[in-house]
Amino acid sequence: MKLQRKNRLRALSLGVVAVSGALALSACGSDDTSGGGDSTASAKADTSAIKCDNAKGDLLASGSSAQKNAVDAWVKNYTAACENVKINYKPDGSGAGVTAFLQGQTAFAGSDSALKPEEIEQSSKVCKNSQAIDLPMVGGPIAIAFNVPGVDKLTLDAKTLAEIFDNKIKTWNDPAIKALNPDAKLPSTKIQAFHRSDESGTTDNFTKYLKEAAPGSWKYEGGKAWQAKGGQSAQGSSGLAQQVKQTAGAISYFELSYAGDGIKTVDVKTEAAEPVAATTENASKAIAAAKVVGKGKDLSLQLDYSPKADGAYPITLVTYEIACEKGNKADTLPATKSFLNYIASEDGQAILADAGYAPLPAEIATKVRSTIATLS
Amino acid sequence: MDTTAPAPTPAPPPPPAPPTDAQQRRAARAATRPGDRVFLGLSRGSGILLLVIMAAIAAFLTYRASLVLAKNDGNFFTTFEWNTNLNPPDFGIAVLAYGTVVSSIVAMVIAVPVAVGIALFTTHYAPRKLGGLIGYVIDLLAAVPSIVYGLWGALVLVPHMNGLFGWLDHWFGWTGILDWQGGAPRSLLTVGVLLAIMILPIVTNVSREVFRQVPQMHEEAALALGATRWEVIRMSVLPFGRSGVISASMLGLGRALGETMAVATVLSPTFEIHASLLDPGGGTFAQNIASKFGEATDQGRDALIASGLVLFVITLLVNGAARAIIARRKEYSGADA
Repeated sequence: MKLQRKNRLRALSLGVVAVSGALALSACGSDDTSGGGDSTASAKADTSAIKCDNAKGDLLASGSSAQKNAVDAWVKNYTAACENVKINYKPDGSGAGVTAFLQGQTAFAGSDSALKPEEIEQSSKVCKNSQAIDLPMVGGPIAIAFNVPGVDKLTLDAKTLAEIFDNKIKTWNDPAIKALNPDAKLPSTKIQAFHRSDESGTTDNFTKYLKEAAPGSWKYEGGKAWQAKGGQSAQGSSGLAQQVKQTAGAISYFELSYAGDGIKTVDVKTEAAEPVAATTENASKAIAAAKVVGKGKDLSLQLDYSPKADGAYPITLVTYEIACEKGNKADTLPATKSFLNYIASEDGQAILADAGYAPLPAEIATKVRSTIATLS
Repeated sequence: MDTTAPAPTPAPPPPPAPPTDAQQRRAARAATRPGDRVFLGLSRGSGILLLVIMAAIAAFLTYRASLVLAKNDGNFFTTFEWNTNLNPPDFGIAVLAYGTVVSSIVAMVIAVPVAVGIALFTTHYAPRKLGGLIGYVIDLLAAVPSIVYGLWGALVLVPHMNGLFGWLDHWFGWTGILDWQGGAPRSLLTVGVLLAIMILPIVTNVSREVFRQVPQMHEEAALALGATRWEVIRMSVLPFGRSGVISASMLGLGRALGETMAVATVLSPTFEIHASLLDPGGGTFAQNIASKFGEATDQGRDALIASGLVLFVITLLVNGAARAIIARRKEYSGADA
């Protein structure tokens, strides 16, 4: 009796395994054929313009997390076209990226701020009697997000922003805010200004703007760490976006790409006639007005923080790729050049706007491309 | 080193007059089997290796910390700033030390009574099966990663603290400690509540084990004298378990002092100290290291390492204090029961 039951059970379980296995296998098979066919077709359409130039090997890079989403999209398209190259970009932060590059661990670095003079000096060690250069590659508006009950549209200027983030202006119905927004129904809610608790290139760029555009109201040194007293803080851009969403009376700053899901952003009053909204298009206009201040082949940009041009959004962040002008390592040079060429190309820049970034204006993009061509 | 000595073949070793105990030891060694000696060598080697590694880490940390401390423009213990990118850097640990200690104390005040209550309930009041089930669930709490606590804290706990903060401010605002300015409730008190939940499992479990060890005779004797169940607990269980509960609390305190990601996600850190527990601000050592390390320069990292050393010293002091308390209460340890 017992033995029989055991056998029957065993047969049953074997049957179950066989059937489910067959099902699983057939499911896999059909998925593979359809999915594989689709993806190769679309990849070919996107990436036909990419020149691989016999590049091969592993490309290591690290740096700014602000450009992570852009790099991911580029890497996906590029490696689909050039199958011999593997690119590994670690978004460790600009500081870590520059450090790793100066130690010779990576082929290029991504950074939210241009190299400092002492860093350029250090770079002669990795770049063999040459130096590292900044190549502007991605721009992005730093949006000022707010959550004020009953207010949909808000205009602020540099001076008010500085005083809000320095806790000089404490409530939303302050006369200074009223003067800029005569039509808005401003409540008496307390202002809760949120800043980054970690060190960040976004903080660096935002406080640089406050310092340049409102020198009388913002007296702090600036840098990646927040220096003003008071206010509240949160970890990372996503942390700030979360706080703005759930805290009434909150105001904060982060890259535009984090401002989804009905988060409202401030229009910034500049020297131009109309206040400017935070959009990728307006950020590109601001970059077009920037001056190149780097020496030689270095293309580091100096933004105009009080632009007179219409629709130029002043609180804009430019992230750079950093590579050696000469003396790049022989085994990674072809891949580095070919990849940088692609991301600076029209195709490469065209995919940026979808991801919340601002493409380079044509004039600067041309300069970047001609500089990349001379890397050796 | 001892394993290299060819012990099993010591035919002609006796020199003029070796001391007798050395002779005995050698004889004992000769009697042991090779496996024992290999094991002895391995375990002794690991012990020494551990000491060497610890010493190397300590030396490295102290060296890196000393580099930046020599340059520090502010006072390391009293400055309310953390600007390590300046030249010279200006930073101090006053805010971090305050925040670390205060949030941990809040956590202990909330967690220890609850943990002891749960431990007593599961060992002395609940039916055996229910007690086991509750113990199992508490164990599960310990298995939740701290970043998950952080996310839950930021998304669920913080919005729900508004009500509690309003209530505390209304009734106890006059104390100053519980005065609320109306900011988002991401203060040291919220962190303390979250830490309390996180350290609950370890305090509960150790207390439960201790209460289970109470000699049956003690309890039966008390019952025989006509004590109620609460009196039994008060007269025999609690005094017996006191040192165990203290060591359990210290284990929990150690976790609370070093908790990183959950604090970094929930707290609104600023380099200020507020008298009120409800106002956002403050910071802890571990949170500060986690949030500043990624973008820090070499100088900044050295400064963070220096702050880490202070946390290490604070933890050592706490553990030392706990051992002292337990040592003083040895008579309750149950060894003579």
